[in-house]
This record gives sequence, structure tokens and C-alpha cells, in this order.
Amino acid sequence: MRRWWLALCVVASVGAASDTRRSGFEFMTPETQAIQRDDAQNPAMLWVQEGAAAWERKAGTAARACIDCHGAAPTSMKGVATRYPAFDAATRRPITLGQRINACVVDRQHAAALVPESQELLALESFVAMQSRGLPIAPPEDPRLAPFRERGEKLYRQRVGQLDLSCAQCHDERAGGRLAGATIPQAHPTGYPIYRLEWQGLGSLQRRLRGCISGVRAEPFSYGAVELTELELYLARRATGMKIETPAVRP
Amino acid sequence: MARALITMPKTAKRGEIVEIRTLIAHPMETGYRAGDDGQLVPRDLIRRFSCRYDGELVFSAELFPAVAANPYITFCTLATASGTLQFSWEGDRGFSQTENVVLTVT
Repeated sequence: MRRWWLALCVVASVGAASDTRRSGFEFMTPETQAIQRDDAQNPAMLWVQEGAAAWERKAGTAARACIDCHGAAPTSMKGVATRYPAFDAATRRPITLGQRINACVVDRQHAAALVPESQELLALESFVAMQSRGLPIAPPEDPRLAPFRERGEKLYRQRVGQLDLSCAQCHDERAGGRLAGATIPQAHPTGYPIYRLEWQGLGSLQRRLRGCISGVRAEPFSYGAVELTELELYLARRATGMKIETPAVRP
Repeated sequence: MARALITMPKTAKRGEIVEIRTLIAHPMETGYRAGDDGQLVPRDLIRRFSCRYDGELVFSAELFPAVAANPYITFCTLATASGTLQFSWEGDRGFSQTENVVLTVT
């Protein structure tokens, strides 16, 4: 029995050592890492605080708050962010956590939909996602997601824009290298929504993707476009098992 | 009203040094940047931060355009007696915010 355990431990440690995936956190300077490590310093906590207040605030013609249906977020929302994007039966397409929140706002609260990338939506999204902090990313094994994820992977490997670059060329082949003054990370979506120092504010994964797409001088997809969700699906599978850091800080 | 986060101990022993950390949501617009329309975005800064401990000024700072958005200010003070710490941020466009935190000294 003991030998069996020992063998298992060795296998587990080899498994961990051979995982070459690194969160963007590990590519940052110690100074920026310090901001993320400490909630009292992390400016993203301002949005989380706002999201916590919105969670309990009644809204819409239904005059209902998130907490009225879902209860306390630390228990009901724990692990939810690890499973997104997920398949939405109503619209027959994958949706992101932000889109799921918005569907709830419209269908359950009977309130006006929150604008993508609005401070209100980012606040709720960061509050909900933070409840999964420390948990491994666990994309659902839903066969209906497969065709979308495949398209996402294809897009990840497709050269686009005037610079004729694919995501994979930077983030798979040249991760750890430099793009001008910036270190190229491996592009694992572990901490969204993130507080990006360059933005001086909080932003979603779609904002980050759009930034990269216009960076290679291609026409970015609009917020909520299914192509962006497909990319997110592929990135989530690529990062399966990595720990959620929301709300992360990035340079 | 802007969101603010103040991190400090609720209680302290008399004579103890307490660390106080503050974070406030503010764009800290420098006034030097152009917006999407090419026009200068008007300056919008927090100009002054102060902390009063039962009315006595224990810390203050002036802020300038080089300070990033959502300023984080941390400082220490000596726990003398139980009382209220009043934090206030003042700035352009009539920006003014005050937060109170009670410190119990044993």
C-alpha cells in the first residue's frame, strides 16, 4: 500500500513538473505581483466591492436582487467562473460569464441589459469570478460546445491582420520572449476580469482579445461576437486545471 | 460617490503603530491627454488627501498628474486613544469624499 502511494506521489510530481504552462502572473515584475497578492493594494478590489453591493441591490421591474435567488455569493457562486464559457440552451451558443450575468439581469430582474464592458457589468463579473479564486479552471464536458471550441482553436492558429500573425505564433511559439518592452505571456485566461495598469482600469477577456487583434492590425470582432467566445472556449480548455486568480493585475 | 477601500486594524494597543492603507476609485485625468475626438480631456485630479484622528491632522498629501488612477496611499500613525479616523480626498470639479473608521485603543 505504501509503495503504491509512493509511486502515485512520484507520478503526480512528475506530472506537475512537466506542465510547462505558466500564468501571466509569473511573467510580471515582483512589484506588479505584489499589487495582485495584496487585496488592500489591488485596485480591482474597488470593482469587487461595487459588485458585492450590486449583488444585494434590488433592480428592474421585478425588484429582485441577485441574492434573492442565489443567496450568499461565497457559497452559491463558488466554482461558477471555472466553468465558463458554457453552452446556453436558450440561444444555442456558448456564452461567457458576463453574458450569463446579463441574461439573468434581463430575464429575472426584468432590467435593461448592462452594456458590455460597462463598469456595472465588470463589477458584478469580478465579484462573481472572485468566488472561484484558487480553484482550477474546469471547462464543461458538453458535446454541444465542441464545434465552437474547434472553431476557436482554428482562429487561434490562423494568421490575421496586416502583420499576418496568429495568436499561436506569439503565445505558443514565442512565449517568454519580448515584444518591444513587454514580455509575451502564454495567454492563459486565469484572472479575468483583470486590472491592467495600461488601461488604468478593469477589463474583460474580450477587451484583451480585441486589443491583441487590433495590435496585429486586424479588424477586431465586436463585444459579444461568437468568434470571441469561441476563442475564450479554446483558451479555457488550454488552461484546464490552472488556478483562477480573479481579480488579477497585469501590466 | 466614489468607491474607497480602507484597510486598517479595528483595535490596537496604546502606543502601538498602526498601518493604514487607502485606495480610492478615481480616474486621475492629467489634463494633458487628447480624447477620441482630438480635444484635450479636462484635468480631473484628486489634489489633496488628509487623515484626521479625532480632529487632529495626522497625515496629509498633495497629489499631482503623475499619480496613477485609483490612488493607493499608505501611512502609519500612533494609536493614542479610541477615536475616529476621518479620511478625506478633495480634488478638481468639486470632488470631495470623506470616510470614517473607528479605532478602538485598549
